[in-house]
Amino acid sequence: MSKLVEVTINDKTYNIPEGHSILRACEENGIIIPRLCFLDSIHEDGNCRLCSVEVDQQHNLKPACKTIVRDGMNVVTENKRIYDYVSTNLELLASNHHFECFKCSREDNCEFLDLLRRYSILNEYSDLYGYELKQTQLNNSSDAMVIDSSKCVLCGRCVSACEKYTGIGVLDFNKRGNKTYVGPAQFRGLEDAGCIYCGKCIQACPTGALREQDDIKVFERAVRDPSKTVIVQVAPSIRASLGEEFGYPVGTNVEGKMFAALHLLGVDEMIDTNFAADLTIVEEGSEFLDRVQNDGVLPMFTSCSPGWVNYLELYYPELIPNLSSCKSPQQMAGAIIKTYYAERLQVDSKDVVSVSIMPCVAKKAEAKREDMGRDGYQDVDIVLTTRELARLIKRRGIDFKNIQPMEPFGDLATYTGAASIFGVTGGVMEAALRTVSEMLDSEAKLIEFKEVRGKENMKEATYHLAGKDINIAVVHGGVAIKEFLEMLKTTDKEYHFVEFMGCIGGCINGGGQPIVKAKDFERIDVIKERSKVLYTMDSKSILRKSHLNPAVQKLYSDYLNKLNQHDLHNLLHTHYKARTAYSEYIE
Amino acid sequence: MRIEKRLDQEKETLLYSALHKVKNSPGPLMPTLQEAQRIFGCVPIEVQKIISYELNESIAKINGVVTFYSQFSLKPKGKNSISVCLGTACYVKGSQGILDAFEDELKIKNGETTKDGKYTLEATRCIGACGLAPVFSVNERIYGRANVQKAKNILKTNPETKES
Repeated sequence: MSKLVEVTINDKTYNIPEGHSILRACEENGIIIPRLCFLDSIHEDGNCRLCSVEVDQQHNLKPACKTIVRDGMNVVTENKRIYDYVSTNLELLASNHHFECFKCSREDNCEFLDLLRRYSILNEYSDLYGYELKQTQLNNSSDAMVIDSSKCVLCGRCVSACEKYTGIGVLDFNKRGNKTYVGPAQFRGLEDAGCIYCGKCIQACPTGALREQDDIKVFERAVRDPSKTVIVQVAPSIRASLGEEFGYPVGTNVEGKMFAALHLLGVDEMIDTNFAADLTIVEEGSEFLDRVQNDGVLPMFTSCSPGWVNYLELYYPELIPNLSSCKSPQQMAGAIIKTYYAERLQVDSKDVVSVSIMPCVAKKAEAKREDMGRDGYQDVDIVLTTRELARLIKRRGIDFKNIQPMEPFGDLATYTGAASIFGVTGGVMEAALRTVSEMLDSEAKLIEFKEVRGKENMKEATYHLAGKDINIAVVHGGVAIKEFLEMLKTTDKEYHFVEFMGCIGGCINGGGQPIVKAKDFERIDVIKERSKVLYTMDSKSILRKSHLNPAVQKLYSDYLNKLNQHDLHNLLHTHYKARTAYSEYIE
Repeated sequence: MRIEKRLDQEKETLLYSALHKVKNSPGPLMPTLQEAQRIFGCVPIEVQKIISYELNESIAKINGVVTFYSQFSLKPKGKNSISVCLGTACYVKGSQGILDAFEDELKIKNGETTKDGKYTLEATRCIGACGLAPVFSVNERIYGRANVQKAKNILKTNPETKES
């Protein structure tokens, strides 16, 4: 218990732990202070000056987020002077913001708009004579993300998030004064700027300046086209987070309602990416066994997270041979939809629109990769993030809270407990271990591999399987990935199997997941709550090992085993290639 | 590391030796950039890439610094730099006309460099010679009580080319 100090806030006395900022002290005691740029432990630069308060009647206002409480301090958070000061700041910010609220991705959770409304901002400066509105700079050449600098309020949250979550620093402030903009160097396209599309900047943005490439319109047109069969797949972690967009507390499982909503949106068939996750494990497990038994390249790295694959291709291309050749579950599902499933539905593959709902921005770029399709079509045509799905449901006016839950009606929707935990860090590893341990040693009864669970960004364990010590590791988040790969160069320890995920916490904290406002971000352990959903689903399921999934077994016996080795490999495996950032030379 | 546009080998070696000198001292970015600007006459993305790799800083951050300070440029500057003061006193006395005259004569816009690489034209803030307003400077030399005709004459006399 840290020491308490006595602080007077708005004429009332509080005992506040030493070292707290005024902002934190106030929020913990229910006093509301406006805030925009502050993001706990990520961005604490105090550059928006909206949290200004009066301290000890000093002449200058102090930023509450940067001022530490002191014994006997007297703080005033609300008076006419502060109100006018904050209003002016907001007026200035608004005057340089491009308002396009009707088509903005942050239509109902814009932190900036909330503040403008709270202070009844008139936005009178932008109409003044001679006032130059910031030029729109749109960085939308990448397949996954868009930066719209005209909506940027230069709070710097994305810059810090990029730096602290990935350790890459793709974004930064360019130029100076009123010409300042945030983006990659010289506003290069994100595809050429070394970005891995983890989407952490999108989640840090208080406005709509950063967003995913919006595919809602494409989807809306596809479901209305009678000549097309729309088949949708849903990633494991969507059911754990979608509810948040509709007012459910963080960590609510909305699987049934999610499928019901998709049905109302007009899709023809629904399958579950969980099914493909089981398939991935069978393929990846066999690949791992093959590498162990035939002296292949070890350690083997998982390849499910496209953010991680981007990271490896860009920054450690020499390790590409270690990467599993398996496609990610999304692409496996896509390939199965366009071949096996289309055949069974008796439709031409070209008339199938394969849609995936993903917690991820990088998946959008993954779906567009070169070898992710055949005969001139891509395996996945449209990738929607959790946020886009929520927007779609809201725009259609579907009453999400009151719809009857439903089961998916495509029959590639059966899945095991092992597949549901794919969305959490350590999940792919645990699922793989369940299958691999049984393949190596039919006596193995182990189901829960608790060592790989939890939030530490690097986890290691050793399992004794079939007379052999298997060293595994689980790594997530760009910073930890770099640390681990650097360590791998020098260490003597021999690793066999390593799971990597581009996002801290795994897909449940992916870049396409609902945005948690800065305030809630401090109060709620989002990663823990969301992963609880998936672990509960796992512990409740009867089948908990991927290779026991009857639909997967049926798929192998009916279809995959009849293909020749080459076709099978093309269907479920892929290639990687080394890339560099800022490779294009622009005159 | 792959660089698309080959840099001058000699200059690149100079940059690397400059990098070696400052690499382990605190805050090595600014001195490196100053050296790079001196060596190459500008700090384009190819040079930033080398610095990024050596100092382990992101290219975005380096470009941020380069575009923040006016002493650094992304494109090579001309051999001679012409600066026209647009501070209050000079502006009131008509320095905008002088700037326009230079733009017309050199057929470039403010901030650009002529095709032959001879002149770079820049508008500056007050240079502290308000008593002589309007003022412009060619390289280090300042020309006071200027007018459009004077500006044109200066170009005709072909001011000395700075050795670089």
